[in-house]
Amino acid sequence: MSIPKYWREIPQRYRLEALKCKKCGKIFFPPRLICSNCKTQEFENIRLKEEGKIVTYTIIRVPPKQFNGQAPYPVAIVELDDGVRIMGQITDANPEEIEIGKKVRVVFRKIQEQGHAGIINYGYKFILK
Amino acid sequence: MREVAIIGAGLTKFGELWDKSIRDIFVEAALSAIKDAGVDHVDSIIVGNMSGGLFVEQEHIGALMADYLGQNPVPAYRVESACASGGVALMQGLREIASGLSDIVLVGGVEKMTDAEDITFALATAADQEYEVYHGITFPGFYAMIANAHMKRYGTTRKQMAMVAVKNHKNGSLNPYAQFQSEITLDTVLNSTLVADPLRLMDCSPVTDGAAALVLCSGDIARKHKNSSVKIIGSSMTTDTLALHLREDVTSLKSVNLSAKKAYKMAEITPEEVSVAEVHDCFTIAEIVIMEELGFVEKGKGGKFIEDGYTALEGKIPVNTSGGLKAKGHPVGATGVAQAVEIFFQLTGRAGKRQIKNAKIGLTQNMGGSGASSVVHIFKPY
Repeated sequence: MSIPKYWREIPQRYRLEALKCKKCGKIFFPPRLICSNCKTQEFENIRLKEEGKIVTYTIIRVPPKQFNGQAPYPVAIVELDDGVRIMGQITDANPEEIEIGKKVRVVFRKIQEQGHAGIINYGYKFILK
Repeated sequence: MREVAIIGAGLTKFGELWDKSIRDIFVEAALSAIKDAGVDHVDSIIVGNMSGGLFVEQEHIGALMADYLGQNPVPAYRVESACASGGVALMQGLREIASGLSDIVLVGGVEKMTDAEDITFALATAADQEYEVYHGITFPGFYAMIANAHMKRYGTTRKQMAMVAVKNHKNGSLNPYAQFQSEITLDTVLNSTLVADPLRLMDCSPVTDGAAALVLCSGDIARKHKNSSVKIIGSSMTTDTLALHLREDVTSLKSVNLSAKKAYKMAEITPEEVSVAEVHDCFTIAEIVIMEELGFVEKGKGGKFIEDGYTALEGKIPVNTSGGLKAKGHPVGATGVAQAVEIFFQLTGRAGKRQIKNAKIGLTQNMGGSGASSVVHIFKPY
């Protein structure tokens, strides 16, 4: 992953920065240039809520190459308390504890690294509440 | 718009074709389709291919294939919509003829997957790289998430998903082109290695090399044609968010539903009139959800639908008579074209041991990503 490609997404990955449509109120994460709901192009900057519940999940047993050594790990779609859904890993939990509907909280963690000499990529994960 | 028909079809054997290159397999399928159609030229070539760049480090596939097929200088280009690339190639071929810009078009689909350095990575590029793949999700993982949500909301069972694999392997055992031509049992599926809970290895379509081709022409030419031919009476594509997490309902594949409704409307038919269907069973749960979205059964009853045998070869609406992606194999960019080849065979009485009786209307449904693209075609013999 090139450094600019990683760097561009830092506001979202580190701080959950999102855009809220000034006309219809729909929240976009990641940000976009035009509201898919009302086609407005005016937004205000907000930060997403850091608590939510599990919409669905899986346990990855056969991971992509850069996640070798981490499997098995759970990945979930979480609906945050502001209604926005995001995807990320659930950490510090046994797979058996994870259920649809359970409450989670966002935490900041290392996600992956680009080999021995490359950059380390961070971002959000979830822990069970 | 002009009427469009299929007058010839060809396929390679699907599987791990170590001794053949991407050009070999494309040309093999294309020559077979051209011979089947009995035409002496084509006006245009459209190639469905997901990722020549990542699988074999070759882009510019259209011109390359035209050259190796001995068809330079006809226009030839590749279309891409992830695993729906083949379906989109067919749609594009239809549009060329319907518009009157071409009279005879070769529509091919090809993927050479076994040459790739990192197949999982190549496939994952069909998902949202920055907000999904970044977090370690895989394609089995996406469909596993759909499966868990579907099981929770509708009571769909692990066993019902396994039944999709068993049925499709049974059909594949009757298809000489299929990658897997042996039957499997429920226990084989239920005891196979977990890939992404609750999906196991035998819930997943395989890595496949293969190519498929069709010769399309205008209705005027088709009606004078010596062979039996099939007209395309419905064609549609719809899109949805690339990211699964941006969907309101993760138990649904909305694009499949919308593309089917558009195609039914164009064809002026209802789902009950479909006699045979080839659908995108990249994972077993996908076939269950697709049954619901195509309107073959009401939402939430897809598991019961397979369990009760409605979609078996001898059932009310046989689904994936070819063996589907699961057993016939899934060379991603070729799949959408190969589905239409199977329907062409079924509607013209050429499906061999898996031939169904009284096939009047056929349907194909081809999908990209976790349903961000869906292409539906409906076919009827002359």
